[in-house]
Amino acid sequence: MGQQPITFLRQVVALCCYPQLLESPSFPEDAKQRAQRILQDCGGQSLGSYSASQGVECIRQHVADYITQRDQGVPSDWNNIYLTTGASDGIMSILKLLVSGQDTCRTGVMIPIPQYPLYSAAISELEAVHINYYLDEDNCWALDIEELQRAYLTAKQHCQPRVLCIINPGNPTGQVQSKKCIEEVLHFAYEENMFVMADEVYQDNVYSSDCQFHSFKKVLYEMGPEYFNNVELVSFHSTSKGYTGECGFRGGYMEVLNMDPQVKVQLIKLLSVRLCPPVAGQAAMDVIVNPPKEHEPSYAQFTKEKSSVLDVLAHKARLTERILNSVPGIKCNPVQGAMYAFPRIFIPPRAIQEAQARSMAPDMLYCLKLLEETGICVVPGSGFGQREGTYHFRMTVLPSPEKLKVLLGKLKDFHLCFLEEYSQEEPQLSRSSQHQHRENSKPDA
Amino acid sequence: MNHGTALLWKRRALSSLSATRRGLPKEKMSENGVSSRAKVLTIDTMNPTVKKVEYAVRGPIVQRALELERELSQGMKKPFVEVIKANIGDAHAMGQQPITFFRQVLALCSYPELLNDTTFPEDAKSRARRILQSCGGYSMGSYSASQGIESVRQDVARYIERRDDGVPCDPDDIYLTTGASDGIVTVLKLLVCGEGAARTGVMISIPQYPLYSAALAELSAVQINYYLNEETCWSMDISELQRALDEARRHCNPRALCIINPGNPTGQVQSRQCIEDVIRFAAKERLFLMADEVYQDNVYADSCKFHSFKKVLFDMGPEYSNTVELVSFHSTSKCYMGECGFRGGYMEIINMDDEVKAQLTKLVSVRLCPPVPGQALMDLVVNPPQTGEPSYDKFIKERTATLSALAEKATLTEQVLNTVQGISCNPVQGAMYSFPRITIPEKAIKEATDNGQQPDMFYCMKLLEETGICLVPGSGFGQKDGTYHFRMTILPPKDKLTILLNKVKEFHQKFTQQYS
Repeated sequence: MGQQPITFLRQVVALCCYPQLLESPSFPEDAKQRAQRILQDCGGQSLGSYSASQGVECIRQHVADYITQRDQGVPSDWNNIYLTTGASDGIMSILKLLVSGQDTCRTGVMIPIPQYPLYSAAISELEAVHINYYLDEDNCWALDIEELQRAYLTAKQHCQPRVLCIINPGNPTGQVQSKKCIEEVLHFAYEENMFVMADEVYQDNVYSSDCQFHSFKKVLYEMGPEYFNNVELVSFHSTSKGYTGECGFRGGYMEVLNMDPQVKVQLIKLLSVRLCPPVAGQAAMDVIVNPPKEHEPSYAQFTKEKSSVLDVLAHKARLTERILNSVPGIKCNPVQGAMYAFPRIFIPPRAIQEAQARSMAPDMLYCLKLLEETGICVVPGSGFGQREGTYHFRMTVLPSPEKLKVLLGKLKDFHLCFLEEYSQEEPQLSRSSQHQHRENSKPDA
Repeated sequence: MNHGTALLWKRRALSSLSATRRGLPKEKMSENGVSSRAKVLTIDTMNPTVKKVEYAVRGPIVQRALELERELSQGMKKPFVEVIKANIGDAHAMGQQPITFFRQVLALCSYPELLNDTTFPEDAKSRARRILQSCGGYSMGSYSASQGIESVRQDVARYIERRDDGVPCDPDDIYLTTGASDGIVTVLKLLVCGEGAARTGVMISIPQYPLYSAALAELSAVQINYYLNEETCWSMDISELQRALDEARRHCNPRALCIINPGNPTGQVQSRQCIEDVIRFAAKERLFLMADEVYQDNVYADSCKFHSFKKVLFDMGPEYSNTVELVSFHSTSKCYMGECGFRGGYMEIINMDDEVKAQLTKLVSVRLCPPVPGQALMDLVVNPPQTGEPSYDKFIKERTATLSALAEKATLTEQVLNTVQGISCNPVQGAMYSFPRITIPEKAIKEATDNGQQPDMFYCMKLLEETGICLVPGSGFGQKDGTYHFRMTILPPKDKLTILLNKVKEFHQKFTQQYS
């Protein structure tokens, strides 16, 4: 969508790819140092060697240092760090370990509704049991402990709930959970013996000034040793989001806490079959966790670029929320973090009927029409899960502000037209005069 | 008491949650008063299929090798000054140099400002521009289509057509993958179904590259072993395939046949006739063919030539080429590039049912896309500098140097190993490994067995402890009962390889004597 990469990151990767550039005067010293450090820990000093299956050692150490700093001194052991091929890879590997049992003893995995559909896909593929817990739309998609409890108790009748997945900041919902909420979730996990998977890939994408990212690990630590030494927790991060947006590099890591040592051996064995995550992605992750420091030459430019990306994202998040909320029949919760808006849309009964007649979800019908009529591609809420009888779509806030305004304008027009088209028994205006009517009464974007 | 503990006690006292704690593991109070308790995820509660997975190439012997390396770096005295990891097909780790052109293009793609840098040749720049043009936002940082960047798939298709003397290739049949391993596992996933005696069986060569056995274990598919013939340079015998198949039919539903050509660990390059026979066999017995051809550029013996399964299939006429389901796998990790760390690969899917293909596309979409640098690299592998282009000469020089060094080392390895009494090495016709047969004295076999160890693991561990040389025991790949082997790569630089081989020779003689 046109977001520019962070210069420093790409310089380091280029230096690693083609070390002859270490002689080039057009690269800053700090980038060269990072590249040299990475290459030092690569076989034959080459990005082309397989790394250890857990990842390049110095990068894992840097990840641990980053986490320790992020969590204000809560220590992170680099032996608990695994570099992964994007966060998806780590999530799949952990879920794989957890799935066992037959019939009513089959592993149940609690996932938020709405959720990022990697989870439902993985659960299906592994033939684990889906356990849906609903986020509270009326409360800005907050996690409600009673809802967790309800889902858990219901599930216990037909499976063995073992895993609790949380995405914070949320995808598609964009909420940033409060510290209190995270505490309650961890307490729940402790009480009910659940393995916690904390998807924190959007930890750098927090826009609302009322919100702050609290890492699950830090909250767990602050709850005291009884929790910190016992709750099995894996946290996932990625190079794909944040302010770097390096999706194509497939970089990621997971920090694994309190895993049984015998299971750890199994995990490493499992990872070894695929040899290692892409080393270029590992290098990208290294830069993210080990960015230029204040005294370093690239610091100023790096900070400028990072702020610029994050400021623009925050601006676009607010813009999107505001415009969507100005549309009758669309209600959008604040986009507190992540990269998406997940507005609720009112779909008239006639449209619902037509969708049913065509064997598709009503929000799919809506989104297909939107695509055909405006060229805008968004994903229907049914792809993420939602409360029965509600409809949503997920759109990213990633296009440039100018393009986003145009997009949102078209969306608004489309929605109004859609409402009109499906609200009456027979349309009172022909489609062309409906269009003319809209053109004449277009509000300012 | 800290806040968290207070919370805990308070909640325990008041919460109705306590009522649901039936069935929770017992708590134990340790000495400092902090209770410890059983974990959710233990060796008993974890996925049983994962426990069955073994992968010798990075298994126990390699872990011991890493330990020794650490001990050496801490100044501990050993009978050797360095650990030589001849266990894994990682060329760069053993000092092989990357192809300059490839790394230039990758650097240009990573940091397009370099397109203004006069030290980069024009052909590298134009390749980079073409790749970037096909990337979202002109950036390698964008997710590509799940099947892979379209222009790269087109280039792969053209490469295959050139390689196969014009046999047409449809870019839509090409899927870029995260190394070949990713593609292999994905296809196996599609194939595995059924219960009990109807469970999918997959035929794999013995010896094999243990990705296959690992994947089959994880998927709970039935592994069907067919033995390569060591006496005839690891050739495939159709009668042996038939034997394995008929036997397997009694307890599973054989559906797929995996071949690695050139072979890993065995290094044989199958003859054209053999490949034809295999295809005929697969057609007759209705088996889905998986052709692992990642070593297609690693052919050393003058008497051998790489014949792609696809080409042979098409040469056999429409009766076969329209019906036999075949997937061929390739990778950026081997050949003359050795770019393992980039995790580049592709697979070509031939005659797959359309509905299944849609499922395949859906399955790969969940993981979004393969790493874009790896895709870019694959593009260069299939679309290298051409005659007349500025980088051509250097490219050819580097490629030739690497391949001829490998050929030399293949010959050297075979020669030296065959001078050792008790070691017998088949010609290393291709790939990157030698897989010699070793005679292990009865006394050693007994000691190994008493220790619960495979005899060749016992041998290799001793070799490691005494010489620092890390090889992988044949038991990690499979072998005929009562025979023992090890796999070593031919990748170390020639002088190091010579030293290595002589140390192996000395060790073997000493070992044989020690246990006679």
